Amino acid sequence: MSDKSFTIMGSYNTKNTVEKVAAVVFTVCAFFAVLAVLSISLYMIISGTPAIFEVGLVDILFSTTWAPTAAEPSYGILYVILTSIIGTFMAILIGVPIGVMTAVFLAETAPRRLAQIVKPAVELLAGVPSVVYGLLGILILNPFIYKLEMAIFKDDTTHQFTGGSNLISAVLVLAIMILPTVINISESALKAVPKHYKQASLALGATHIQTIFKVIIPAAKSGIVTAIVLGVGRAIGEAMAISLVAGNGANMPLPFNSVRFLTTAVVSEMSYAADTHKRVLFTIGLVLFTFIMVINLVLNKVMKGGKKNADN
Amino acid sequence: MRIKKLAALLLTSILIAGAFSACAKQSNDSANTGDNTTNGGSEANEDISGNITMAGSTSMEKLSNVVAEAFMEKYPDVTVSPEFIGSSAGVEAVLAGTVNIGNASRYLKDTEKSSGAIENIVAIDGIAVILDKANTVTNITKDQLIQIYTGQVNNWNAVGGSDQPIVVVGREAGSGTRGAFEELLAIEDQAKYSNEINSTGGVMAKVTSTPGAIGYVSLDIVDDTVIAVDIDGVQATEENIKAGSYLLSRPFVMATLGEVSKQSKEVQTLFGYLKSDEGKELIKSIGLITVD
Repeated sequence: MSDKSFTIMGSYNTKNTVEKVAAVVFTVCAFFAVLAVLSISLYMIISGTPAIFEVGLVDILFSTTWAPTAAEPSYGILYVILTSIIGTFMAILIGVPIGVMTAVFLAETAPRRLAQIVKPAVELLAGVPSVVYGLLGILILNPFIYKLEMAIFKDDTTHQFTGGSNLISAVLVLAIMILPTVINISESALKAVPKHYKQASLALGATHIQTIFKVIIPAAKSGIVTAIVLGVGRAIGEAMAISLVAGNGANMPLPFNSVRFLTTAVVSEMSYAADTHKRVLFTIGLVLFTFIMVINLVLNKVMKGGKKNADN
Repeated sequence: MRIKKLAALLLTSILIAGAFSACAKQSNDSANTGDNTTNGGSEANEDISGNITMAGSTSMEKLSNVVAEAFMEKYPDVTVSPEFIGSSAGVEAVLAGTVNIGNASRYLKDTEKSSGAIENIVAIDGIAVILDKANTVTNITKDQLIQIYTGQVNNWNAVGGSDQPIVVVGREAGSGTRGAFEELLAIEDQAKYSNEINSTGGVMAKVTSTPGAIGYVSLDIVDDTVIAVDIDGVQATEENIKAGSYLLSRPFVMATLGEVSKQSKEVQTLFGYLKSDEGKELIKSIGLITVD
């Protein structure tokens, strides 16, 4: 079956066709993604805005009562928004230091053998499906947090016991879930710091630890910020694990309150919601979508800033 | 040469795919016709056609939709169109003659009956209150249940149990079970949940795994991983619900104006269908109790 005619022209023509076809295929694929983003944005806006006119933007965003099926329904999602913000913030507060330290360990201080164990473990963590995090949260975290809750609110007659399904559980699960993102991106940022920075610092007499905190981490700052922003994105968009451990009551985001995030608010009530209730759920989706968009814009800014730093 | 090979491969795969899909379609068709003939054989071969309109309880939405779907599949010439406007409005509509069937998720009032509405109970909705296995409470009164679910009581020792916090588990807003539960206890919009779970299985799992938890689920899925607590001394069983002594149950009524036997052929067939084994299976499949 081998082709014996080795004319230069024939080969050129074939190659040329392949090149052209490939170029077209790539373009089509690229437009597919753009089309998806555009249609999602358009759909979210079309389906999310009717409820705003029906209920009123202020009544949705700044009212605290979520009672969609009441005789006089109320669709306030202020607590839900606050929960998403505070929950994500706390998860970042816990997850980022651990993640960055792990990245420092992997990039700088780890003995080779140990790094060979830790690195795959982190990568495996990234691949764990979010529902598994949720299940582990139910089985391990919730009972533990419930014990803590019982100890703290022992004689409180007004506290509503959550059985461990509360903001703390959700935050802890989120903190673990953002770890792989933070670790991987911070690690590559730390590794990208030019070797001579470190060598210069050490040559000036700084210790290894001083070098890490005064030279390497500041030099990798923009990469670490990128890691944090991506972590925020991961945390704020997570639904499955959270819906299993957070309790899903639309309450004020206090540590031992059953809370509802933007994502779980949509997920948990979509199946039976009707009319205005359903449309408000789409509005919640729109709010979440806006959050993610803002995070992405921030990310773009940060990345551009990082490039400028590198150029200098 | 390579391109030619590729093109050939593509062409063959398209051909094969086409052949497969054609086959699948054909076999589907033949299966359908087979189904139709058996149906035609078992039923008295009368071709009924027309419209059945029903309106009423939002709680009966699932039942109405499932029944309408199955019935229209069996009798393709009949259109069943359910609307959900509330029990009282549904009965009013049937009394006014604007619909064939008025759905009510409660017993008919005497005034409604005297106006000519006939109470045809097609199914019963039963809700069990469940506790985790370790709980020592076996009986709970209606008032205690209300206190627990409105947050006035947060420890089991206040309702005759051990010193343990109560974890109040419930369903999400919009769930029919939640609607029925709150309605039967007259605590609509006042219930305070610490866990709002969007599936029956989820409620079961949460109550099973949480000491001191209380939850509610459809009676039919209660198993021995939880305690179904007695309410006002009445056990949650199908018999007690049918006898009407168990608090957390309600009838699903399809009211007609005048006896069923006086209705149009389509409506009579629909009621016949609901009483058939097939209809009963359908009712059971959505977690309801059938009536004899």
